[in-house]
Amino acid sequence: MFEIRLHSRGGQGGVTAAKLIAYAAFLDGKYATATPLYGAERRGAPVVSFIRIDDEPIRIYSQIRNPDLVIVLDESIMQLVDVLHGIKPDGEVLINSQKGTEVEGHRTYPVDLTGISLALDLVLAGNPILNTPLIGAISKLGVISQASAKQVIAETFRDERNVEAALRAYEELKI
Amino acid sequence: MLTFGTGNKAVAMAARDAKPVVVAAYPITPQTEIVEEIANFVTDGTLAARYIPVESEHSSMAACIGAAATGVRTFTATSSHGLVYMCEMLHMSAGARLPIVMANANRALGPGWNIGAEHSDSMSMRDTGWLQVYVSTVQEAYDATMMAFRIAEHTDVLLPVMINLDGFLLTHITQTFETVEPDDFIPPTATPHAIDIKNPGGYGTLTPGNVHFKFRYDIERGMRASIPVIEETEAEFARRFGREYHLYEEYRCEDAEVVIIAMGTLGKEMEVAVDILRDEGVAAGAVRMRWFRPFIVPDLDGKDVVVIDREYSFGYGGILAGELQAKSGCRPFSVIAGLGGQEVTYDDIAEFVRIRRPGTEHWFGVDD
Repeated sequence: MFEIRLHSRGGQGGVTAAKLIAYAAFLDGKYATATPLYGAERRGAPVVSFIRIDDEPIRIYSQIRNPDLVIVLDESIMQLVDVLHGIKPDGEVLINSQKGTEVEGHRTYPVDLTGISLALDLVLAGNPILNTPLIGAISKLGVISQASAKQVIAETFRDERNVEAALRAYEELKI
Repeated sequence: MLTFGTGNKAVAMAARDAKPVVVAAYPITPQTEIVEEIANFVTDGTLAARYIPVESEHSSMAACIGAAATGVRTFTATSSHGLVYMCEMLHMSAGARLPIVMANANRALGPGWNIGAEHSDSMSMRDTGWLQVYVSTVQEAYDATMMAFRIAEHTDVLLPVMINLDGFLLTHITQTFETVEPDDFIPPTATPHAIDIKNPGGYGTLTPGNVHFKFRYDIERGMRASIPVIEETEAEFARRFGREYHLYEEYRCEDAEVVIIAMGTLGKEMEVAVDILRDEGVAAGAVRMRWFRPFIVPDLDGKDVVVIDREYSFGYGGILAGELQAKSGCRPFSVIAGLGGQEVTYDDIAEFVRIRRPGTEHWFGVDD
């Protein structure tokens, strides 16, 4: 089982991103679940979502304690939340960062999702759309296939720029 | 069709596919997505139903009662405070023998205010005469909703059915599920006492003490008759659509010396705990109770029993543990866990088995 914990702020689209990643895994023929952790969310507050991907039906509903991959959509959260809590020894971290932030002890993939989105003027209610470039970046890591990433974006978003954002994130992420 | 969505969406799609004629509903977290989706189906024409937005849950059930009394298929959904607010109408609908189907997103009751999963809402409606089924996956939420119509409307039963799914844990998780074309799996409604304007009759008239008990006893006859109807419905569902369900689900029970019993999502997660315990050499098994009403007692002879209750009856104990003890004579280790969405992991469940003391009660997070 591959387990992903996604940290974001309310309004950034983290919950939707988790669903889209799980949906792409489903299109890859895997079993997948996406779970938002609901608390007293409000816009701007730290939010956590969980994604599980497996070849077998997933029977677990409790929170992910030992993620294989941690995604941080807003790096300022790292001052408030220990995003590495419980991460597997060989767990990896993907950070939306404009300054190439890395974490110690874990393979880090910094990628400027915000910059990609703003360059394409992909803005919703004043916030850059981070879902679609994130899906592109995740497909580079092999968590989901490129074909499924493309299909999820095409099915979910009408605006062609979302595909472009995903492609740019795919190109920018260095592995 | 294989699809991907939340527990709420699965319930809404099952309700759509069962083609109710009237849906009356009032939104409440965490079930709101169910009635929103149904409203969308009605708006875009995929469901030819009358959607009645009402001012309260008491009214949503009252509207369903009125509609069902004319013999048409009805559906609604609620949760927590919404469910207990309809309490009077729950008694009314079962007493009037109206086969209404309702989804309930299990959620704690306040105060303190809480929107997490707990079974206190539905369990406190235990004696209303409603059938209650508890589901553990998004697929089961779809399938159980579909089957509920056939069971409720069966003329041997004619009682309302409540499908219970854990708030957030199941209502908001996204999983793979498959929808079906029910065709004649759900026959047209044939409510024998439906209002017929050509043959006027009295409804809800005074039933004095010399006859009232007969109507009460008749509810119990419907409840008892529902057991073979449920079994037949589940068998027919498996035959047509390939997915098997039983009155309760056993996991690795054949040679088990200790069984864990729970309902809802904990009843699925505990399978992982059983695997862990088996790897440790503990002969563990699990029984996931699906139907709480009618109450069907599993064979627990000679086994240690660990029951997890996601609710509590103050001054008494865990409700499921108490009922199992009363009906089967077992002496359960009664664990109270998961209240208000309290996090309970498969490791926690395995630990309940390791620390079990038959005949005692353990509040997870209090007695540790």
